[in-house]
Amino acid sequence: MTNENRDAAAQGPLHVVACIDGSEAALAVCDYAAWACKRMGAPLMLLHVLDEEKYPAPTDLTGSIGLGSREQLQEELVSLDQERSKLALKHGHVLLDEAEKRVLADGVEKAAKRQRHDELASSLAGLESESQLFVMGLHGESSAAAGRHVGSQLETVIRSVHRPILVVPDQFVPPRSVMLAFDGSATAFRSVELLSATPVFKGIPLHLVLVGADTAEHQEQLKRAQHLLSAQGPDIRLAIRDGDVEQALHAYQEEHDIDILIMGAYGHSRIRQFLVGSTTTRMLETANKPLVILR
Amino acid sequence: MLSSIRNTWFSNVRGDLLAGIVVALALIPEAIAFSIIAGVDPKVGLYASFCIAVVISFVGGRPGMISAATGAMALLMVTLVKEHGLEYLLAATLLTGLLQILAGYLKLGSLMRFVSRSVVTGFVNALAILIFMAQLPELTNVTWHVYVMTAGGLGIIYLFPLIPVIGRILPSPLICIVVLTGLAMYLNLPIRTVGDMGQLPDTLPIFLWPDVPLTLETLMIILPYAVALTVVGLLESMMTATIVDDLTDTTSDRNRECKGQGIANIGSGLLGGMAGCAMIGQSIINIKSGGRTRLSCMVAGVFLLVMVLVLDQWLVQIPMAALVAVMIMVSIGTFSWGSIKNLREHPLSTNIVMVVTVIVVVATHNLAFGVLAGVLLAALFFANKVGQYMLVKSDFDDETDTRTYTVIGQVFFSSSEKFIEAFDFKEATDNVVIDLSRAHFWDITAVAALDKAVVKFRREGADVEVIGLNEASATIVDRFGVHDKPDAVERLMAH
Repeated sequence: MTNENRDAAAQGPLHVVACIDGSEAALAVCDYAAWACKRMGAPLMLLHVLDEEKYPAPTDLTGSIGLGSREQLQEELVSLDQERSKLALKHGHVLLDEAEKRVLADGVEKAAKRQRHDELASSLAGLESESQLFVMGLHGESSAAAGRHVGSQLETVIRSVHRPILVVPDQFVPPRSVMLAFDGSATAFRSVELLSATPVFKGIPLHLVLVGADTAEHQEQLKRAQHLLSAQGPDIRLAIRDGDVEQALHAYQEEHDIDILIMGAYGHSRIRQFLVGSTTTRMLETANKPLVILR
Repeated sequence: MLSSIRNTWFSNVRGDLLAGIVVALALIPEAIAFSIIAGVDPKVGLYASFCIAVVISFVGGRPGMISAATGAMALLMVTLVKEHGLEYLLAATLLTGLLQILAGYLKLGSLMRFVSRSVVTGFVNALAILIFMAQLPELTNVTWHVYVMTAGGLGIIYLFPLIPVIGRILPSPLICIVVLTGLAMYLNLPIRTVGDMGQLPDTLPIFLWPDVPLTLETLMIILPYAVALTVVGLLESMMTATIVDDLTDTTSDRNRECKGQGIANIGSGLLGGMAGCAMIGQSIINIKSGGRTRLSCMVAGVFLLVMVLVLDQWLVQIPMAALVAVMIMVSIGTFSWGSIKNLREHPLSTNIVMVVTVIVVVATHNLAFGVLAGVLLAALFFANKVGQYMLVKSDFDDETDTRTYTVIGQVFFSSSEKFIEAFDFKEATDNVVIDLSRAHFWDITAVAALDKAVVKFRREGADVEVIGLNEASATIVDRFGVHDKPDAVERLMAH
């Protein structure tokens, strides 16, 4: 928290960053980001990343090099890149303008627009000091085409970014209930702390769900968490479920029609940290509702 | 990690496969030619090129760069091979690999920042000249057939790409070799072929420990060669990496590349190959052909070996004239022709650095000496230039009979003489003030010069006061604390 406070002092208000691309989810990203901004009273930043690595390289198979081949090749490659980047920039501007219209319509007063030439994960890592929440789509531009369920960048981003990430589906639904997946560990209490510090879910019914045996110790931990979260509003419900973590959470979500699932992406060992935590990964794969991943 | 493997290996598969094949076709004649330069059988260069290309594709720090047996390295081995034989070359190759790995761990790749642009240009030009000169033995004391064949080969290489459609699909150096080989066989010309130059590979390379006595004597024989190979191999690799960086607008991991070159050379030495490094010309061909990732270098290595094993009956028939034509193309393509044009625009000191680098290399046949000379010269020119940024102002105060000297700028070995000359020791005054608060003292020479000036004034009977010495001499300390005080640089420039 001291870190964030210092950042806030140095950089002014921390942004909610909406990661826009050309996918269908981009509009939902705008809507959710606008919703979060209004609730948090934070400024909004629309970010579009030009990921140039995907461009195919031109081929010339003559295999010969002559007078000034290097200079000529350099010039060719530079002008090719320039053309492509110019087009991509233009495309990006269009996307950002569309996104801006959308968030203005959603009731946000103004939005900063940014474009970066980089990979998404490292762009977001660079923006960490001036942001408090990243919003991105569950399905990205390329994953929709490739038929994959989870966006290609999502896992990399979750691994490398140290701010909460709101992962959203393709359609916006105003959130009416929230649940926090809780396991009583120290890291879970850190998630609780993070949650109690933000006004974004204030007043929305909150379910604290612990997957595990119904023991006195677990109940006591839930009570403690409830106490810590009391500022969020009066409507906090506690539940303990047994069984497989992912299935139990999904079942509970279905049962109580929960709109947003909040979970930590902390691993216990370094290997688990590397793999994000397998539960998080599986939750992402099966998610069809928004998910907040706390780091 | 998975996504980075995808990025560095499989993000451009089609381009990399095609480029790898084009590069392999160009590597075969080069590897043979470089073996001949070094004085070993063509199979030594071919095994080396296979092994280095495959190993570096896994362990290198610059995806898209091609490494194999090179001319720069081959030129350094000539005397070792002549005096002690192939086994000592293999041992020297292993030692080169170890030294390069050591250089990687010591992070010597970052030393490249001391190699200025003009030294790089000089290196590249010298390399091109050496490759060209190495072809001359094949062009002297030969029948007219060879000249006609070589000229025809060059014609094919440069004119074939102009043919619509197929000119862009088939590598013209390959066409040159195929046509000239066919012609030589058909006409049964009395000219030298690759088969006359030594043994070609007939099996897959096998693991071999060099057959040398493990004694101090052996070490002393191979060490000088290994050091030269280490330096030249890393220099050429780092320069090629810079060129590939510029062409592809990406960055490379230099220290990883140093270690990778070392591992590749150890592998080459153990499989009966000679030492190699990154290749400027081939890397340009690779990028031009659309290669971008590690895959293209590996494809080049594997395809090279397959081709050599399948085609060994035909490879021996390749006339040397065809190889010479290809190598002349490589030297023309490697030479930085823009640097000739730039001679008129660039300052004289820059030109001298470039030309001296070239001359030293061509005279010694050792690129390391040329680079050393170039770097030293560039450093001296720089010291001389910065030494001009020193000014001593002098004011006289009648009332107190005080002469005040205000020193501004950089005082170090190059400007210390000018510093002393600025004082008028013959002037008879009671008081002398030397104000150093706007000067920087960079070394002990500067302090000695100040001492000398103070002593001289004292001998003339003046009382000397020195102001601001502490601030001025803060720069003498080798690691003055810029890193722990963020504003140190600004304060230094301001005072």
